[in-house]
Amino acid sequence: MISETVKRGPFSHINWKLWRSVILALLILAAILFFNARNPAETRAVLRSTLRYAVPLILGALCGIFCERAGIVNIGIEGQMLLSAFTSYMTNAWTGNLMFSLFVGMVTGSIVGLFLAFLSIKLKLNQVIGGTVINILAAGITGYFYQVGTTTKGKFASIPLGPLADIPIIGPLLFNNPPITYIAIVLVIVSQIVLFNTRWGLRTRAVGEHPRAADTLGVDVFKIRYLNVLIGGVMAGLAGAFLTLEGVGLFERGMTNGRGFIALAVMIFGKWNPISSAMAALFFGFANAMQTQLQFMGIQIAHQFVGMIPYLLTIIVVSGFVGRSRAPAAEGIPYEKE
Amino acid sequence: MESVTPSQNNWLQKVWFSVRIPFLAIILALIVGAVVLLVSGSNPLEAYAQLFKGAFGSLKNFQRVLEKSTPLIFSGLAVALGFKAGLFNIGAQGQLLLGAIIAGFVGFSIKGLPSYVHIPLALLCGIVAGALYGAIPGLLKAFSGAHEVITTIMLNYIAINLTDYLSDGPWKDMSPGNIVSRLPAIEESAKIGTIGPVPIGFIVAVLIAFLIWFVINRTTFGFEINSVGLNPHASKYAGMRTKVLIIAALIVSGALAGLGGAVETQGVVGRYQPGFNAGIGFDGITVALLARNSPIAVIASSLLLGAMKGGANTMQFYANVPNEIIDIIQGTMLLFVTAEMVVRWVFKMRKRSETEITVTAGWGQR
Amino acid sequence: MDTLDLTNDKTTEATKMTGKETLILEARNIYKTFPGTIANADVSLELHRGEVLALLGENGAGKSTLMNVIYGLYTQDSGEIFLNGEPYSINNPHDAIAAGIGMVHQHFMLVPVFTVLENVMLGAETCRGPFLNKKAAEAKLRQLEKSFGLEVDPHAIIEELPVGLQQRVEILKALYRDVEILIMDEPTAVLTPQETKELFKIMRRLTERGVSIVFITHKLKEVLEIADRIIIMRRGHVVGSATPAETDEHGLASMMVGREVILEVDKLPAEPGDTVLEVKQLNVHDANQLHSVKDCSLSVRAGEVLGVAGVQGNGQSELVEAITGLRRYNSGEIWIDGKRMPQEKPRVLVENGMAHIPEDRQKHGLILQYPLTSNFVLCNYYREPYSRHGVLNAEAILKNAEALIERFDVRTPSAETSAGDLSGGNQQKVIVGRELSRDVSLVIANQPTRGLDVGSIEYIHQTLIDMRDAGVGVLLVSSELDEIMSVSDRIAVMYRGEIVDVLDARDANREHIGLLMAGHA
Repeated sequence: MISETVKRGPFSHINWKLWRSVILALLILAAILFFNARNPAETRAVLRSTLRYAVPLILGALCGIFCERAGIVNIGIEGQMLLSAFTSYMTNAWTGNLMFSLFVGMVTGSIVGLFLAFLSIKLKLNQVIGGTVINILAAGITGYFYQVGTTTKGKFASIPLGPLADIPIIGPLLFNNPPITYIAIVLVIVSQIVLFNTRWGLRTRAVGEHPRAADTLGVDVFKIRYLNVLIGGVMAGLAGAFLTLEGVGLFERGMTNGRGFIALAVMIFGKWNPISSAMAALFFGFANAMQTQLQFMGIQIAHQFVGMIPYLLTIIVVSGFVGRSRAPAAEGIPYEKE
Repeated sequence: MESVTPSQNNWLQKVWFSVRIPFLAIILALIVGAVVLLVSGSNPLEAYAQLFKGAFGSLKNFQRVLEKSTPLIFSGLAVALGFKAGLFNIGAQGQLLLGAIIAGFVGFSIKGLPSYVHIPLALLCGIVAGALYGAIPGLLKAFSGAHEVITTIMLNYIAINLTDYLSDGPWKDMSPGNIVSRLPAIEESAKIGTIGPVPIGFIVAVLIAFLIWFVINRTTFGFEINSVGLNPHASKYAGMRTKVLIIAALIVSGALAGLGGAVETQGVVGRYQPGFNAGIGFDGITVALLARNSPIAVIASSLLLGAMKGGANTMQFYANVPNEIIDIIQGTMLLFVTAEMVVRWVFKMRKRSETEITVTAGWGQR
Repeated sequence: MDTLDLTNDKTTEATKMTGKETLILEARNIYKTFPGTIANADVSLELHRGEVLALLGENGAGKSTLMNVIYGLYTQDSGEIFLNGEPYSINNPHDAIAAGIGMVHQHFMLVPVFTVLENVMLGAETCRGPFLNKKAAEAKLRQLEKSFGLEVDPHAIIEELPVGLQQRVEILKALYRDVEILIMDEPTAVLTPQETKELFKIMRRLTERGVSIVFITHKLKEVLEIADRIIIMRRGHVVGSATPAETDEHGLASMMVGREVILEVDKLPAEPGDTVLEVKQLNVHDANQLHSVKDCSLSVRAGEVLGVAGVQGNGQSELVEAITGLRRYNSGEIWIDGKRMPQEKPRVLVENGMAHIPEDRQKHGLILQYPLTSNFVLCNYYREPYSRHGVLNAEAILKNAEALIERFDVRTPSAETSAGDLSGGNQQKVIVGRELSRDVSLVIANQPTRGLDVGSIEYIHQTLIDMRDAGVGVLLVSSELDEIMSVSDRIAVMYRGEIVDVLDARDANREHIGLLMAGHA
């Protein structure tokens, strides 16, 4: 516990972290403007595809953040997403009511979340194994009940937000989107505030770091954990619903294709922080958009190699090759009241 | 963990104590499956009867069950060995795919070898491919602390892409009339046959299971693997090279999965074709947990799952029940066997001894 | 909310009632059992306003259990708790806090990555709607700090603070909740004698303001110094009570242990031989890249005990881990019997005659799920006769275990029992047995008696002395100054990662070592 005194240099009062991100943001903006001047249509396509790929990752990562900040490892996001994608799709096929289908997707995600919470909090099952059980069950259930050839009447259309949508570049990108995309953007900001500026967030983080300390101060560890996993479940449900109601518009067996796991990498990359994770998700989305673009540009790489990119990126991220991060200390450990 | 359980006077009672949870989990899963069948408008009794018939109705069916069980034994052993070392190897699937495709490549591309050279050569190449692929998450875990669960899952997707590329690209079966992506059929000299109805691959799998049991319970390497799995800090204190052990465990685990893929290619399918081994690696998780990581019990749980897989087609054909019901039953089985508490709660049992699996928690980036 | 007013209120109230005769808390006939042990049997106690009540007993006597019952962390099997004369049921810490009870736990209940302010407000947040009002909370905290003289930077991160300050945060946490009763569980275990004095002053300041303190400890001198009344517990029972004026250390000790206790270890003068351990200019950085051991040099000779004194967290753990091969060091050299030792190779060290009794026996010393047989061969399972050509010899392993169980008097149902099923003292005997039964020339013992009962402590001390007399070099690291002073022949004092002085034990005195431990060279 011996700390060296921090060196006080002439520049020590500058918040380098803040400046670094400001400079980075300006660089990105400059790059976008540059490419937009050269080829507006292509630039717009890349940005759109970036956001579209990023949305389920953002929502999945938010699910991971709420669970893990409260100390529950959720490796079942993949299964939560798959089941929610399935139920919202089937509801859409039966009722044709998109909003109701979205609601069903959210409820599905939260029910699966509660189930994981029950396994890990009440039964104290190893959480990684619990999540794996959920993934395997989700694949089985959706595979069994899915009938090939089901059709729906459509998917969510974009809702332009009045004059905001007319702002060049940013307008069509940010303010002309289908509803789940809006929800995701709002949720990122709300989650950031909830986690770091509210009573609930303080208690959640305490429970994820040192549950006994929280318990001795009268904080109900189990309640906090259950509710956060439930909240995370709603986010994962939104992510699943996005795939069938907004993204692809169809259901396929195993359609999540590892997105739930990539979302975990996004969460780690974003250091368990909503805004940073959203940025990380956009980065993944951008990498994905670029590879589609490369193919359009006629650069011949077998599509399987291009398909490996997100998975390779994920390995690089979790191996800590890009910045080290520190997980919540009590993560994965069942809390035992004495 | 044989060494942990207190001595029991009556061995029959001992056997019952160790199998009762998996046994009851199986019963419960079958009940859940029946409910799902009922809800979706099928007759569960008929479905189960056809399933049984499909598995054991004839010698040919039984042979198919043994064929289906064989790769499960390997992937089950791979996962169980990982668990012993405190590692959750979800990557058995990817390791198995690479073993299968490499064995398929060696099987078709090298011609004119006698069987006694060609068979072991192809198997060995499959083993090496799986081992090397298993080494990757091992190295990442040991040197960067990356959690093996995420890295192995990602490596699974990479393996799928890689094998798809190979079987649709450089190694594709170019014989006239073939449009699907697959490798050419392997040479006769690389095929593994049967003794009567029993596939030789199955016999090999059983022998390997006993070998793994011996290694884990009777050797210093096994002692080290168990120690690292239960308490890595104490293992380091005791002078074991924990990082080396983690890598070694995943290499052996990958080798087992790779061997499973090779046996599948050489003994059952006769070539590598994408999709033919889908899910076997994941089934290995169910097999290992159902067997509670005992290598010998892996044989039994593989036979159970193999029977369900072997009988599924008959059930689908005669009882008109989608194949996927097997996945639901299997998933529920896995749930009940891992969440022992549920079973204990349903049957009002008391906990007897601590034989929990320890898997590292968190993403371990220190 | 203006806090100053509240505290003033309390002061005036306390002076009005003239303190000591008002009964504030009473526990009657508390029973609490855990599987296999009776932790509290028919325990009763009374606490008066503004007094320091010492709860004295050795490890495992049931003191902490009783306090955890009062704080609502445990629920008693039977018995009642009265608050200001009214029966009061405390089912969880929330109830206890509402009743004005606060607790400073032995292992601090602080979130290491949070700031002081966040830790203080957690559970009693000052909010505007659902949002935290950190400004108001900070103002309240600063006022408390000022009025009680407990200065800490509200924005400091806990894990970067020294333990002494962390303890202050714990006290502030309680004050922030307006406690009337403060339970302090072994608060001096992590402090230097001088810091302990400072803590006692703070405790006095609190009692003057009407706060009542329950002070849990096993240290006799401290009890006599600070307590108004003393209650002694042994094996779950209250065995007596006293006031400091009526008794002395020997009286308290015999009540605590139930027999006459020899407070000094009996030993002959050391006859040091050749140097067995030589540490030269060792530098160690910890996981957070902080410099935890600085230019450390020391040597241990055959047939002597070198004690390393120091407040916990001054680099002792890192020093021991580096010497025993569990941690990489950045620079320096380690020599055993004249041979230079490689980095991070515990096995090489063991093979060169080192025995290591680790600080955390459950984390490093044992594999709890393993039977004793396996634990007894944990460091030499790979050698003959325990294995041959990589295959274990179960018979030899069992014979070894049975012999050591006999020799070191391990109380266990069988050699096949899991180590986790044994008591702490017996677990330690397993480690000591395993380590000292080898042919060793050097013993490294880090906190070898922590958490043990007096009988086990005496046994371990005697075993270390016997090893010394047999010509083995012993390095004993302990934060219990009494232990260091009674067992060692020479004493090295560590402060902030440095060895500040090495003294001969015969002419060392407590006060001087205490000052060195606090950095006053």
